[in-house]
Amino acid sequence: MARPPSRRPGHNRKAQYSLFASYVVAMTGAAVGLLLVVVAMFDPTGFAVIRTATAEITRPASIAMRNMVSGVSSIDEVLTAYWRAGSQNVALRRQVETDRNRIIEAKAVAQENARLKKLLKLVDADESHLLTARLIASSSSSTRRFARLNAGRWQGVRTGMPVRAPEGLVGRIHSTTPNTAEVLLLTDGSNIVPVRRANDSVPAISTGLGDGTLEIRALAAGRNPFHPGDILVTSGVGGVYQPNIPVAVIVRIAGEIAYGVPLANPSKVDAVVVERSFEEAVTRTEPTPPVPTDAGAAANATAP
Amino acid sequence: MIDPHLRHVSRLGRQPSAFRLAGTPVITVMLGSAVTVLPVIAQAPVMPPFGLLLLLSWRLLRPELWRTWIGVPLGLFDDMMSGQPIGSSMFLWTVMLIGVDAVEHRMVWRSYRQDWLIASVAIIFCIVGGAFLASVAGGGDINLYLVAPQLLCTILLFPFVVRQCAQIDRWRVMA
Repeated sequence: MARPPSRRPGHNRKAQYSLFASYVVAMTGAAVGLLLVVVAMFDPTGFAVIRTATAEITRPASIAMRNMVSGVSSIDEVLTAYWRAGSQNVALRRQVETDRNRIIEAKAVAQENARLKKLLKLVDADESHLLTARLIASSSSSTRRFARLNAGRWQGVRTGMPVRAPEGLVGRIHSTTPNTAEVLLLTDGSNIVPVRRANDSVPAISTGLGDGTLEIRALAAGRNPFHPGDILVTSGVGGVYQPNIPVAVIVRIAGEIAYGVPLANPSKVDAVVVERSFEEAVTRTEPTPPVPTDAGAAANATAP
Repeated sequence: MIDPHLRHVSRLGRQPSAFRLAGTPVITVMLGSAVTVLPVIAQAPVMPPFGLLLLLSWRLLRPELWRTWIGVPLGLFDDMMSGQPIGSSMFLWTVMLIGVDAVEHRMVWRSYRQDWLIASVAIIFCIVGGAFLASVAGGGDINLYLVAPQLLCTILLFPFVVRQCAQIDRWRVMA
């Protein structure tokens, strides 16, 4: 193809001005775009309001498609299940029989647990559960890892609330619109979760790597205490996540850093649970904190 | 009209509507950006940026169609659909279009292969630039290996998208 002629307007003054103006508009627009990114550096959720319209408009389409594909996404599992149906059936039946006894034992233990807690006057206020919703879309072409939740501000979802699945932690709410919310997934580069090893409480920090894995750094100095196969749970430090939500399993060690894989795969989970922030759930039931009296303040002041 | 069945047959001397002529490219690019509506919960950047691919296809197929400022509104829409920080595609797409203009000015003759080369450079610029802007705007450290698969598949997808774009273009200008 030869060079298009329209780019050189010749001696037509009006065409020259029009071309010049188009470049001016383009440069201004690009500068405004760069400015918006610079603003986002200091206030990452500042212009997320602009997304409200598109998020709300595309929600029905995403839900409809999500309902269509929910069966298709697990088709590989269905096919592999057919492969060894007979032997699998026998094995599963045996397992169910052994598990039944265990379940009965566990129920008894739970009952005993509840009774003992009552004796201790420890009320297990499990009021953290807010609602259950589905993930309907995600930022699949971006390097950020966001998923869109089918519930928003009108349903009570607020920024910062933790999102989990039965298998483990999924992420936390990044921003909300009236009927949808953006979930910052565990694997996003900016999602930092305080964790601990499940069996001996070695504290660590989990950071997403953007490719579906997590970087785990132990807080203790010295040799890397982790081994492949270690299970990590949230430690509750920081007040966002409830303690003891399963987070990840460690798969690889490289010097000071351990690499883990999240236990809950957001593309496989059917529904996720939005919970209240840990701090909010703990402090919500209590009355307003007692105002320190003058006597107390004076006593504190005179105390050495 | 004598024969109503002839209404949909293209005929000499008839013009398609102005909306079809001007609106089709814009709508296709917006649909390409809206591919993130698909219910795929991705664990890595796997989806090629179809909005960018379609914008490049239209720009290289029809240089006279748009002025460079079209990157501003289309980029803003792409930012709204993708999870990138607002403004990143606005900036990158417009700069990319200005760059394509400059390159086209210097090239006397270009064909399919030069188009693909221009598109490859533009795609690398936009995806790597997008990863950089996302990481400075609160995204944490992002390794360039992370976008390498997406880069490769986007570049390889370009000829296919151009072909589809040309099909749509044929329908667009056909009266």
